[in-house]
Amino acid sequence: MYYDVIMAGFGGQGIQMISQIVALAAIRRGLNVTYLPSYGVEKRGGRTNVTLVIADEEIGSMVTNHPKCVIAMDTIAVDKYRDQVAPKGLLIANASLVPEAMLDRGDIVPLALRCNEEALALGSVKLSNMIALGAFLKKSGILGFDDVEAVMDEVTPERLKNTIPANLEAIRRGIEIAANGAS
Amino acid sequence: MTEKKLTKGNIALAEGAIQAGCRFYFGYPITPQNDIPEYLARNLPKHGGTFIPAESEIASINMVMGAAASGKRAMTSSSGPGISLMQEGISYLAGSEMPAVIVNIMRCGPGLGGIAPTQGDYNQAVHGGGHGDYRNIVLAPGSVQEMFDLTIKAFELADRYRNPAMIIADAMIGQFQEPCRLTPEKPVEFPEKPWALTGRRGREPRLLKSLYLGDYEQEEHNLFLKQKYDEIQEKEVMVEMQHLDDAELVIIAFGTPARVAKTAIAMAREEGLKVGLIRPITLFPFPSQQILEHSRRVGKVLVVEMNTGQMVRDVRIAAHKDAEISFYGRPGGGFPFPDDVLAEIKKALGGGAR
Repeated sequence: MYYDVIMAGFGGQGIQMISQIVALAAIRRGLNVTYLPSYGVEKRGGRTNVTLVIADEEIGSMVTNHPKCVIAMDTIAVDKYRDQVAPKGLLIANASLVPEAMLDRGDIVPLALRCNEEALALGSVKLSNMIALGAFLKKSGILGFDDVEAVMDEVTPERLKNTIPANLEAIRRGIEIAANGAS
Repeated sequence: MTEKKLTKGNIALAEGAIQAGCRFYFGYPITPQNDIPEYLARNLPKHGGTFIPAESEIASINMVMGAAASGKRAMTSSSGPGISLMQEGISYLAGSEMPAVIVNIMRCGPGLGGIAPTQGDYNQAVHGGGHGDYRNIVLAPGSVQEMFDLTIKAFELADRYRNPAMIIADAMIGQFQEPCRLTPEKPVEFPEKPWALTGRRGREPRLLKSLYLGDYEQEEHNLFLKQKYDEIQEKEVMVEMQHLDDAELVIIAFGTPARVAKTAIAMAREEGLKVGLIRPITLFPFPSQQILEHSRRVGKVLVVEMNTGQMVRDVRIAAHKDAEISFYGRPGGGFPFPDDVLAEIKKALGGGAR
């Protein structure tokens, strides 16, 4: 088993958070993981991206330019990574910020999610990353809801522990939307 | 078995230093190694250690020298220009046989350069850097786990041979995260230090120096150091070797390029191309013997580095005279993707692949 995904957006969208969740859930499943964050000026509003490689064998390269999946939370992320998605790969995009026409490449599977609206419907726009995470779980099939639920406590900082139930609900919603095709 | 934690390379290195018994850290901030002083500033005092943000890198290395002279385990870390400023001190450490660990999470150069990953400081670390006829012990981690384990190893080797040990890593190794066991694999070695300056009350005075003015005194000292370096070369080589049995080409790389090469080798093998890997873990001592043996048998060698060709010169010296050696380098913050290395594999195998 080998899976690579690039998650990208702007600082504050929770890209690092969902990457941490996936990485830790994979480790707890006994898988190998490499987590390569972008570095440079990382602050709210700046660019942020993570390359995750997950495998049951030794991981060589921690960089990839043909990921099986890209999660793009804004237009700049789609612009930068759409053409890198491996053929037949998956492009999950935040359609609240990205025009759907941008997602079409012909040989990949695009999934447009209105992450912000879905998150707002659950009470906070801050849950938009969890909507995307849920869709990723469903579409990639590499980890289940239970795997993620089991590590939520560990990855959530003390001051944010009270957000765990809402986050889990948003992940469930993401799974549901992906199961139905889009939102 | 201890649970593995998702850990950043630089943090694994800093925690490795604490667990190796390092109780003195002196440093001056510079990206991309700032996680190291940040972590140690918070955690070293909890272990009774001393963290001093020095006024410069020159001060840092001289503070390291002071702590090392007293027999304590001491470390500094920096990058690019900061390491250049430390070279005089490193030469003094080598000359007066004081053990210490110096970490270089490399940044692009020359000059102030950039913070992207690079391996431009291989020559500086392995072939001197400071003045005089000396060698550093040089370790090159290729994973987060090795950032932890090799830091402990660096302190042990430095003490065992009374010699500065350097750890060099590109910024990718420093800043990416992997599951890591943050406990030592085996009990950490603490050799006796009958030379340390601990206060002479009740014993004969001791002297640590690197000034030899008497007739042939300096030559004698240099020959003694040479003997020590020969012993290190003989006993301490660490190297990872993969898929060499049937290989028709061997890639030689360390750090991030070795990781990328592993993926490229898997891709090549899927296409029926027989490629193996030699990954030097110690850069001094260099795995010359292994390179000689395998280059003689395999015949073709591809060296991959994130510079314009530094380790490749040592490979040329070590390799069998008939080996065909090619080089692929991405300098100044560029790094190879697996496809890039695969393309170089095909080029190197050329029409000669059978």
